[in-house]
Amino acid sequence: MSTEAASPHDEHEGDHHAHPKWLAHHFETPAQQFDADKLGMWAFLVQELLFFSGLFVAYGVFRSWYPQTFIACSHQLDKIMGGTNTVVLLFSSLTAALAVRSAQVGNKKATGRFLLITIACACAFLVIKYFEYSHKIHSGLLPGYWYAPHDIHGDKPLPPNGHAFFSIYFMMTGVHGIHVAVGIGVLLWIWARNRRGDFSKEYFTPVDLVALYWHLVDLVWIYLFPLLYLI
Amino acid sequence: MRLDPPTFQLPIQAAEGAAEIDGLYYFVYWFSVIFFVAIVGAMFYFVWAYRRRKGVKAEPTKDLTKLELFWTITPLIFITYLFHVSFAVYIKNSTVAEGAMEIRVRGKKWAWEFEYPTGSREPGVLYLPVGKPTKLILSSEDVLHSFYVPAFRAKRDAVPGVYSHIALTPTVKGEYQVFCAEYCGTSHSGMLAKVYVVSEEEYAKHLDDIDKPPPGQTPAEWGKTLFEKSGCPTCHSRDGSRLVGPSLKGVAGTMQPIAGGPPAMADENYLRESILRPQAKIVEGYTQQQMPPFVFKEPQLDAMIAYLKTLK
Amino acid sequence: MATVATSPEHHDAHGDPNASFLDVAKGPMSWIVTLDHKRIGIMYLISVTVAFALGGIFALLVRAELFTAGKTLMDADTYNRMFSLHGVVMVFLFIIPSIPAAMGNIILPIQLGAKDVAFPRLNLMSLYIYIFGACFGLYSMVHGGVDTGWTFYTPYSSSDPACGQLTPCGPPGVGSPSAVIPMTLSAFIMGFSSILTGVNFLATIHKMRAPGITWRRLSLFTWSLYATSVIQILATPVLAITLLLLTMERFAGLGIFDARRGGDPGLFPHCVWFSSHPAVYIMIVPGMGVVSELIGTFSRRDIVGYMFIAMSSLGLALLGFLVWGHHLFVAGMSEYATMVFSALTFLVAIPSGVKIFNWVATLYKGSISLQTPMLWALGFIFLFTIGGLTGLFLGMLAVDVHLHDTYFVVAHFHYVMVGGTVMGFFGGLQDWWPKFTGKMYDEKKGVAGWALVFLGFNVTFLTQFVLGSRGMPRRYYDYLPEFQQLHQISTVGSWILGLGFLILFWNFAESLMKGPRAPRNPWGSAALEWQTPSPPPLFNFVKDPVVNRGPYEYHLATDAELDEGMADLDAELAKANGADPVKKTEPAKSEPAEKAEPAKSKGDEGDDEEKS
Repeated sequence: MSTEAASPHDEHEGDHHAHPKWLAHHFETPAQQFDADKLGMWAFLVQELLFFSGLFVAYGVFRSWYPQTFIACSHQLDKIMGGTNTVVLLFSSLTAALAVRSAQVGNKKATGRFLLITIACACAFLVIKYFEYSHKIHSGLLPGYWYAPHDIHGDKPLPPNGHAFFSIYFMMTGVHGIHVAVGIGVLLWIWARNRRGDFSKEYFTPVDLVALYWHLVDLVWIYLFPLLYLI
Repeated sequence: MRLDPPTFQLPIQAAEGAAEIDGLYYFVYWFSVIFFVAIVGAMFYFVWAYRRRKGVKAEPTKDLTKLELFWTITPLIFITYLFHVSFAVYIKNSTVAEGAMEIRVRGKKWAWEFEYPTGSREPGVLYLPVGKPTKLILSSEDVLHSFYVPAFRAKRDAVPGVYSHIALTPTVKGEYQVFCAEYCGTSHSGMLAKVYVVSEEEYAKHLDDIDKPPPGQTPAEWGKTLFEKSGCPTCHSRDGSRLVGPSLKGVAGTMQPIAGGPPAMADENYLRESILRPQAKIVEGYTQQQMPPFVFKEPQLDAMIAYLKTLK
Repeated sequence: MATVATSPEHHDAHGDPNASFLDVAKGPMSWIVTLDHKRIGIMYLISVTVAFALGGIFALLVRAELFTAGKTLMDADTYNRMFSLHGVVMVFLFIIPSIPAAMGNIILPIQLGAKDVAFPRLNLMSLYIYIFGACFGLYSMVHGGVDTGWTFYTPYSSSDPACGQLTPCGPPGVGSPSAVIPMTLSAFIMGFSSILTGVNFLATIHKMRAPGITWRRLSLFTWSLYATSVIQILATPVLAITLLLLTMERFAGLGIFDARRGGDPGLFPHCVWFSSHPAVYIMIVPGMGVVSELIGTFSRRDIVGYMFIAMSSLGLALLGFLVWGHHLFVAGMSEYATMVFSALTFLVAIPSGVKIFNWVATLYKGSISLQTPMLWALGFIFLFTIGGLTGLFLGMLAVDVHLHDTYFVVAHFHYVMVGGTVMGFFGGLQDWWPKFTGKMYDEKKGVAGWALVFLGFNVTFLTQFVLGSRGMPRRYYDYLPEFQQLHQISTVGSWILGLGFLILFWNFAESLMKGPRAPRNPWGSAALEWQTPSPPPLFNFVKDPVVNRGPYEYHLATDAELDEGMADLDAELAKANGADPVKKTEPAKSEPAEKAEPAKSKGDEGDDEEKS
């Protein structure tokens, strides 16, 4: 195989205009780096979706087996809190998108502000989730062997196999909650990097990628909320 | 009749459909042999004929799209045929004949138990009348098992909480081996049973005899047979050595240490309870593995207890 | 993902950018925090080799126990742990990362003409996730092991008899008393290593190709890794969530898989095989990729049906997701479901057959050299053909009922996994060893090792086909006396197999210590990875490559170009046989062949395609 256009590996030298500081050594052009990062993130998001798919299958199987139980148990969930959380997450997705927009036009201050609002929403989501969980724990609406309902809404006892509903409820919202917590971590990291001045009109990839991840977290919740709370 | 395989590769054919299955097996076997010899033969020939020589270069590859399409489409036709014939045989074999005799088969760690239409239960041994369409209804009391009789070419998983079934018509009288084919724990390989395919008369006579001690045997001797057929020895030794469960040597008539309770005297009632409801009193140090409950009729229980008392 | 990658050797490389990647930095820290794909690959290679040795010891113990019926060496519980650990170690620790993560890591970027994989940090993280997961596995092994088989079928795996003692779940269960939770967590964690490697390779193949490497000029190994990456991204997360559910079921009694509590024990096998059947193709497809490389290199002929082989890898990746039901033919599926799964299963024969036909057709009118790596490739074709044909028996519903869960199945998948993947793994290792280490190995020992492995393997597993068709079920500690003779032949075969691998490892160790220096292109290959020095410099190429021919287009390569490296090898070997065995001071012969005229128009064409 022949070679031409010898380019010595001099990307560590400061005066090399084609290789800015944020361009990793193994990429030739910023566009290549951006495309690779974006593709990698999308592939990662695909695997995230499939990770949740197992839980959706379990939900589908048990809902079709015990429809009455699932309806009765979903009435035990707090629609107000769940609905509030949905609004909070949707709003945080908007601010995440706005943060990307600000980063693209190089408005560092606005990027930071929008990231902080996103983080605040994510924390609010977890706080509300905490209150929901403590209420469930109080009523004994727990997964598996811990399931022992008492003090529940309504006067009728729950149909059998309620533990299956709450096992799935806690697995789904628990795994989603972990994703929210991880999201807070990476949003904070991006926020700190933005403060440090890492991003510019030319380089805003990390903001873009984290926002993509955050949209996925939002998207999963958009499915969880109606499946668990509404229908 | 012995279990020696009539061919090198396959066991004896003792049920309807077995011959067809073997026919398919040998059809694909000979196809595979010819195909394999052709492919590997061509490979060896090319390796020898086109070995590297000085100054001789490999010939550039030409466009072979037609050849490619040929060896993509021809196998497609062949596998469509294979699928068709094998599915036809499968459906025929898994269709339950109308009026088939229903026998319940229960798997539990680590024994098979059979229940005849009369309600009589018997562990470890299944009698089937020759030529009679039969439906075996499988279930499991604990984990996954799989009921497998090579001579019938029949296999089906026994799944806890679900019934499954095998349709079969035994065609040849004889004694055949039952295996458990789905891994189920420590004594998976000891979870065996026998199928006896007999004439209608012998079958009827056997059903009569199940709940009675065989003539000329003491209750303890009958108890020994029942003990062995029920799969008890897979967990309980009779020589004092430790298996999954406690050894039964010298148990009867002695005090037993009970996990989470006061020691208990192993009298007749204790032995009876330990067979019917094993979880009631568990001997200390043996809480790791659970014994499934066993169902016996009164005379059988008497015989078992009589036998256990002889284990000194 | 997108931060600037720096690691010690990148700075050191400042001095001499053309020093080999093994020499640019020294000391343990230069390995632990390296971002160089080649060093990460070598660390993977060491890890999977250790895992292979461990899994091999378990296998030898299993076979030794089966030498006689009844107790030979160990009791039933120990035996059950041995075969389970053999499966777990071989599947999760060895075979899944073996070719993609270990060998692919080193070779893939070089074959693409790239300086590194797309995400070097993620690559290092994958390695550490793998090692972290492996630690859980080791913890499980020393705390009682697992006796569930590597598939962890419920309810045996999920129903803990010690419930209420160690874990908060309710009454004692009926299942396995062994250390299942750490082992499922181990597989769960290692799954993410596999997923991240897949993400990394996918982005690398799409975006990191050097100018001139069009999709039609990708090596077939790269194509196979591409298919593998797709499966890793789509299948492994499903396995991860399934194992997480199993872990929680055993820990907290979720009740999802437990029939006694309203659960569905059939859900678990379906979820496991939906993800683990594609995982079977994660194991075999890269092996097929390696064989395509070997056939090309050692017959010096453009691979026949290049696009058909490439697309058949993708076809296998797709079909892999549609055939999981054939693992459950006797598990109580409806007749209609078995019909669909049987039909789809047969389709797997098409892409597998296409590959075999094309490999054999490539040999026709080639210029074939029977060096050690080529022997492994021929062994692959021999054994994989048997593995594939016996798959026909198992795809036929009526026959499968008899053969399911017998030794026939054991033999079938060993012919595919060992006869396929392990043959491919060692073939690739022997082929690329000079590139990885810069050392040659002894050809005679290589051939002897291959011959023993090939012979031992066939003795071990051909007998198991007969055992299985006669009705011997798998995972049996004890067996009926009529099976003893065949079991004994099989066990003797396993000893030959073990001896073969010992010779191989001896050969590699000897090569590391005193092997002659490897030239740039000892096999006279036209593929891109052989055009750079052995071992390659930190950034893989002395000059950024611009590619103007495919990896197998030997008719576009000059004789001199191909023979140069081989001539160097002869000189090295002659030197090695002389008084002074190792000449370290000799400067690396690293100039890429400049005799071949750069076909400018072609290169530009590729460049344009890249941008459009």
